Amino acid sequence: MHASSAAAPAVHYLNNEKTIKSWITTVDHKRIGVMYLVAVSLAFLAGGILALLVRTELAAPGETIMGPDAYNQSFTLHAVLMVFAFIIPAIPAVMGNFVLPIQLGAKDVAFPRLNLASFYIYLIGAVIALTALVVGRVDGGWTFYAPYSTSVGNGVLFITMGVFVMGFSSILTGLNFIVTVHKMRAPGLTWSRLPLFVWSIYATSIVQVLATPVIGITMLLLFLEKLVGIGIFDPALGGDPVLFQHFFWFYSHPAVYIMILPAFGVISDLMGTFSRNRVQGYKFVALSSVAIAFLGFLVWGHHMFVSGQSAVSSIVFSLITYLIGIPTGVKVINWVLTMYRGSVWLQTPMLYALMFLITFSIGGFTGIMLGVLAIDVHLHDTYFVVAHFHYVMMGGNVIAALGGLHYWWPKMFGRMYNETLARIAALLVFIGFNLTFFPQFIMGSRGMPRRYYDYLPEFEIFHQLSTLGSYVLGVGLFMILGYGIHSLFRGKKAPANPWGALTLEWTHTDSMPDPHNFHHTPVVTRGPYDYHLAPELFNDGVSGDGAGESAPEIVHRDTSEA
Amino acid sequence: MAQPAAGQPAHVKHYFVSSDQQFDAAKMGMWLFLITEILLFSGMFVAYTVYRVWHPEVFLAASDLLDWKLGGLNTLVLLGSSFTVAFGIQRIQKGDRKGLLINLGLTLLCAGIFMLIKYVEYAGKFEAGIFPGANFNPTGTYHGHDMADYADILFLPQFFSIYFVMTGIHGFHVLIGMGIFIWLIIRSYKGDFSPEYYTPIELSGLYWHLVDIIWIFLFPLLYLI
Repeated sequence: MHASSAAAPAVHYLNNEKTIKSWITTVDHKRIGVMYLVAVSLAFLAGGILALLVRTELAAPGETIMGPDAYNQSFTLHAVLMVFAFIIPAIPAVMGNFVLPIQLGAKDVAFPRLNLASFYIYLIGAVIALTALVVGRVDGGWTFYAPYSTSVGNGVLFITMGVFVMGFSSILTGLNFIVTVHKMRAPGLTWSRLPLFVWSIYATSIVQVLATPVIGITMLLLFLEKLVGIGIFDPALGGDPVLFQHFFWFYSHPAVYIMILPAFGVISDLMGTFSRNRVQGYKFVALSSVAIAFLGFLVWGHHMFVSGQSAVSSIVFSLITYLIGIPTGVKVINWVLTMYRGSVWLQTPMLYALMFLITFSIGGFTGIMLGVLAIDVHLHDTYFVVAHFHYVMMGGNVIAALGGLHYWWPKMFGRMYNETLARIAALLVFIGFNLTFFPQFIMGSRGMPRRYYDYLPEFEIFHQLSTLGSYVLGVGLFMILGYGIHSLFRGKKAPANPWGALTLEWTHTDSMPDPHNFHHTPVVTRGPYDYHLAPELFNDGVSGDGAGESAPEIVHRDTSEA
Repeated sequence: MAQPAAGQPAHVKHYFVSSDQQFDAAKMGMWLFLITEILLFSGMFVAYTVYRVWHPEVFLAASDLLDWKLGGLNTLVLLGSSFTVAFGIQRIQKGDRKGLLINLGLTLLCAGIFMLIKYVEYAGKFEAGIFPGANFNPTGTYHGHDMADYADILFLPQFFSIYFVMTGIHGFHVLIGMGIFIWLIIRSYKGDFSPEYYTPIELSGLYWHLVDIIWIFLFPLLYLI
C-alpha cells in the first residue's frame, strides 16, 4: 500500500496520453466514464433548461412565454432527454464505469472495446432523438402512447429510433458490468465482500439486460407503425393500443429501478464511509437490490389501472406493488441504523445522503399510495403522480448522483471542491427541490391534471410556489457546475483517500488513478466497510481530512450482533 | 496497446489474468447477449399469441398463403448450417484449419441460400399485393389462390404485419450472421485460430444456433398451424 500523499502522481489516467485521438479511441473505463459525465451533464443541462421553461410558462394562468404546442413539445422533450439520455446512464455509465472496475480490483471492465462502443451508440441515439426537435412535433409525453403518437408528425420516427439505439447502449453496458462482476474480481474479493455500490450496479445491470430488449422491439414496432402502418397497435387497423401499454411498461417500470437501484448503491457507500461504520445488515441491503430487481418485473400493470385491463390483473399488480416496499424499507432502516451506531461525519456527500433519505422516503411512500387501486383512480394523471416520480427520480437518483459525484470527484479529477460553496449549493438544491415538488402533491390531490397547459385560478398559488422552487433549484445546480469547473483548475490537490474510505478505489489507487488502476493487483482480506478493523489494519491513509476537517474517531463497537 | 501479461499467450488481453478467464468472460457475455435476443423476439411472440387468440380464423386462412415447401426447405438449410458451424468448431479443436475453412464456407453458403429463398417468397407476395398492415392490397392470384377471396377477411393484414416483422427481423439476423461468417473466414484464412484459441468461432456458433432456433419456432407458428 502506498502512503497517502497530496501530490497527484506523475502519470495518471488523464495525462498518460494527451492527443484528441487518444480520447476518442480510448478503451480505459475511467476515461469513458469521464466522457459519459460530460455527455449526460449536457443532456441534464438541456433537459433542465426545458424544465425551467415549462415551469416559467406555468407561473401564471394562460399564455406566459409560449403557446400550447411549444409547451407540449417542451415537456415531452424534457422527459425524453431526462429519462433516456440522462437518468438511465447517469450513475451506471458515469460512476459505474469509473468506480466499479476499481472497486473490484480489476484493470478494466471485461469488454473495454464494447464499453467504448456503447458510449458512441449512446451519442448516436441521443443525436437521433434530438433530430426530432428539428423535424418537429413530438408532443405526446415520454410514454409515446399509440395511436396518438403515430398520428402526429414525423418527429416520432426519430425519437423512437433514438430510444431504440440508446437502448443498445444500455444493454451493452449492463452486459459488460455483469460479466465484469462475475469474472474480474480481485483475489479474496468474495461476493460478501463486494462494496454495496457493486451489488446495486449488478442488480441494475440485470434489469438493463432483461428489460431493455422489450422497449427495443416496442420502439421498433411503433416506428414501423408510423412508417408503413403495420397496425399492431392502431385500433383502426385491428391493433390493440393496450398491448402497446403492456409492452411499454414491461420495460419502463423496471426502468424505474434502473434509475433508483444505482442510487441505493451510492447511498450505501456514503452511509458506510461517512458514518465510519460497517453498513448494518450488509447481506440484506445487498440482496434487497436483487429482490427489487426481480419484483420490479412483476408490477408494470400498476401504470394501467385505468387503461382497461381486467380487475383481477389490477388487484394482483397492486399487491405485488406493495411488496416492493419491503426490500426498499429494509434498505432505509439499515441506513438509519448505520448512522445510529456510527460517528456521522457531515461532509458534502453525506449531506446529499441525508437529503436522499428524506426525499426518497417521501417519493417511495407516495408510490405505495398510488399503488392502492381506489386511490389511484382519483390521483391518476394528476400532479400527484408528477410529484411522486420527481421525488423518486430527482429526489432519489439525482440527489444520490450529486452525492456520488461529490464523493468520487477527488478520485476522478485529483482536486477538492470548495466545501463551503458545496454546502450552500446542497442547501439550495434541497430547498428548491422540495419547494418545486411538494406543492404539486397538494394541487394534484385537489385535481390538477398533469401535462395541462393552463389551469384554474385556485391552483395558481401552488404553481407559483413550484416555479419559484424550480428557480432556486436551478441556482443550486448552476452553483455546482460553477465550483466544479473552478475546482478542476484551482481546487486544492486531493490526497489519495480524503474521506478515509475503505473500498479499493480509495485505499489502493492514487488520486487520480494510474492508467491501469493498480500498480499491483490488490488482495482483499476484509469487508468493504470494516471500519472497526481499520485502526489495526490501516495506520495510514484512512484517517482522511476531507475538506480540511478531520474524520471523527472510529468508535469501537461490537457490531457482531448486527 | 499494452502487451499481454508475462507468460501468457498472445491472444490474452492485458486486463485478463489468464486465457481461461478471458474465454469464460467472453462466453458469459455471449450468453447474456443471447438472452437479450430472445427477449427482443419475445415481444413479437406475445403479439402473435394475442392476435392469434383473438382471430384464429384469420391465422388459419392466412397461413394458406404461405408456402410450407419453401419454408420447410429453408428450415433444412438452416439446420444444415447449424451442423456445419458446429462441425467447424470440432475441426479447429483438432487443429484442422482447412476443415474449419470449408465448414465456415458451407455455413455462409447455406445462409445465402436461406436469404435467396426468403427473397423469392417476399417477391411473390409483394407482386400479389400482400403487404403488411395498411398497405395490404391483394390482386390477381397467388399460389393458385384467388386473392379476391382474401380481400375482405377482416384483420388479415395484421397476420402479414406479424409475418413480415418477425421474418424480417429474423432475416436481418441472418444477414448479420453472414457478415460475421465472412469476417471469420478472412480471419481463419489468415491463420488466427488454433486449438488453443477459437473463441470467436465458438461464440458466433452460439449466435448462429440461436438464429436457427428462432426460425424453428417461426416456421410452424406461421406456416403450419
